[in-house]
Amino acid sequence: MTNFSVRVVKPLSVPFRTGVRRGPNGGLRSATTFYGAWCLMISLLLAPAVPAAEPGAANTGCAAMAEVTEIAPGNFVRPGRDVVVFEGSGVANIGFIIGETCVAVIDTGGSEAEGYALDCAIRTVTSRPVCYVINTHVHPDHLLGNAAFQREGVTFIGHSGLPQALALVGTTYLQRARAYEGRPLSPGYLVPPTQTVTAEARIDLGRRELRLVAYRSAHSATDLTVWDASTATLWTGDLIFVGHVPVIAASLLGWLEVLDKLSGVPARQIVPGHGQPAVPWPEAGSDTQRYLLILRDEIRTWLKGREDLADAQAQIGYSEKGKWSLFEQYHRRNVAAAFAELEWED
Amino acid sequence: MQRGTHTGRQYTAVGAFIVLLLQAAACPAGSDQNSRWRTQLQEQYFQDRPLIESDEIIELEAPDRAEDAAIVPLRIKAKIPQTDARYIKTITLIIDKNPAPLAGRFHFTPMSGRADLALRVRVNEYTSIRAIAETSDGKLYMSRRFVKASGGCSAPIGTNLDAAMQRLGKIKVRVHDEQMLGTPLLTQLGVSHPNITGMQMDQLSRLYSPAHFVQSIKITFAGELVLSAETDISVSENPNLRFYFVPHKPGELRAEVLDNRGMRFNHSYTVAPDQPSPPIASK
Repeated sequence: MTNFSVRVVKPLSVPFRTGVRRGPNGGLRSATTFYGAWCLMISLLLAPAVPAAEPGAANTGCAAMAEVTEIAPGNFVRPGRDVVVFEGSGVANIGFIIGETCVAVIDTGGSEAEGYALDCAIRTVTSRPVCYVINTHVHPDHLLGNAAFQREGVTFIGHSGLPQALALVGTTYLQRARAYEGRPLSPGYLVPPTQTVTAEARIDLGRRELRLVAYRSAHSATDLTVWDASTATLWTGDLIFVGHVPVIAASLLGWLEVLDKLSGVPARQIVPGHGQPAVPWPEAGSDTQRYLLILRDEIRTWLKGREDLADAQAQIGYSEKGKWSLFEQYHRRNVAAAFAELEWED
Repeated sequence: MQRGTHTGRQYTAVGAFIVLLLQAAACPAGSDQNSRWRTQLQEQYFQDRPLIESDEIIELEAPDRAEDAAIVPLRIKAKIPQTDARYIKTITLIIDKNPAPLAGRFHFTPMSGRADLALRVRVNEYTSIRAIAETSDGKLYMSRRFVKASGGCSAPIGTNLDAAMQRLGKIKVRVHDEQMLGTPLLTQLGVSHPNITGMQMDQLSRLYSPAHFVQSIKITFAGELVLSAETDISVSENPNLRFYFVPHKPGELRAEVLDNRGMRFNHSYTVAPDQPSPPIASK
């Protein structure tokens, strides 16, 4: 069982202080420990000694509370864990940015429960309402918590390709989510964007403007970054991986192009999709770029011979083994995806 | 065990059992590897014909765990040569748990030289994959593998369809460098095609896109049939086949591809073996 608490690393700066409850040491008050509804159900099944209801749960309406870290003034991250999607929860880095009038959520996690837990953490930090939910891309560990934010006043924003991408993979995601969560889920569980970004968009949270940029196929076909100029923080979604092996779900070559573009962004720090919640820029992008370049170059050489994909998967890119977590789980698929792309190069 | 005196150990055992049940529900394994085959597929595709499960005629190679559900490489190795007297006529590829289990039927001739085949398929979930060879004497031999398609970000339908659509119908043929008259020649065919089923979630996005997939592939060399295939949406986007044929003389390798919307794509590739040798395979 996980204890959820709110922890703040840096003190909040003045404009964002309102509505924050502080503990005796200047940090945020630690929330009572809660258990997730699902864990509670299982524990009731397995261990009748666990109390049926957690004291305090009724007071906040929270079944669970996400642990968030303030990585820059008004920028809060719930750090992800390096586990395989649908084999564990809390996978991606998700979080929110607080403006003077409202809050933008950036990715919602891998389940409705994760979304609710993030929502609870938001309410602990600010009384301002959530006005935007931004999805950095289509993948389930970033987007399946959307359902928790479906209420009046919330605009869902994503890449212009997101509705179609979600339509294509939705059946599979629902199937996997049902199996993982062990409960029936209706198609309404998948919440598509109500506003999409083709190239660039700006949203205002009240004296804090966020710039959203949509990209062509890279990590996914629906990548979107969020730029908070006031703190020079770039939320990259899965365009940057730190520690967790990069996952190629759309285009290796496209991704390398995007990395070139991103290297010019004057960010002080970025929030990657996976790995440490805040890392200095542009240094933080170098591992992702190196991994992709090695794959590109080795596969190009390989394709000049006549070996096939299955052999390539067993032999390409293994100099990177040991440098990443989840290499065993994702490297072979990366080779497959890159191989299938690069064999169409002229 | 006495009634009414459950111990902590017993609770633990019950708990463990429930956990096992939950896991079984999430990740069906061993027990039902053949259920759909037995109850439905075998009869549907082979009626009551006798079928020998054996790797002696063909052997299917598949990864134990498919990390990318959209691109799972499969190899089928033929264990007998293609001779006029006896050859592998058809290989049927079935992915039990996919929405369209029949991935394809591949027809070979003695001209194929070797009825080896490599291709990439989509795998929806943990499933048996089976390749069934029909030999020219009408017997059926089945090679089966169980594949754990993991979840992760991957969905059986890839999400980079734009690139495939931009190149729609482009065909690439690669032929092994060493081209010897009379010796089976390794050849690879790639067709740029999204190979998609219709969108099933249009209630979400209000988008509707009808199915669009490669339905048949016909390969001839110097006018003679080498390989023909009927394929379906279980084949990965940009369908890719590796196969053999025997060039008995210089000639043109021709691929004809037809999709379910009636679009036809053709490609020709000239094969001129520069090392003439007797027209009999020397192996």
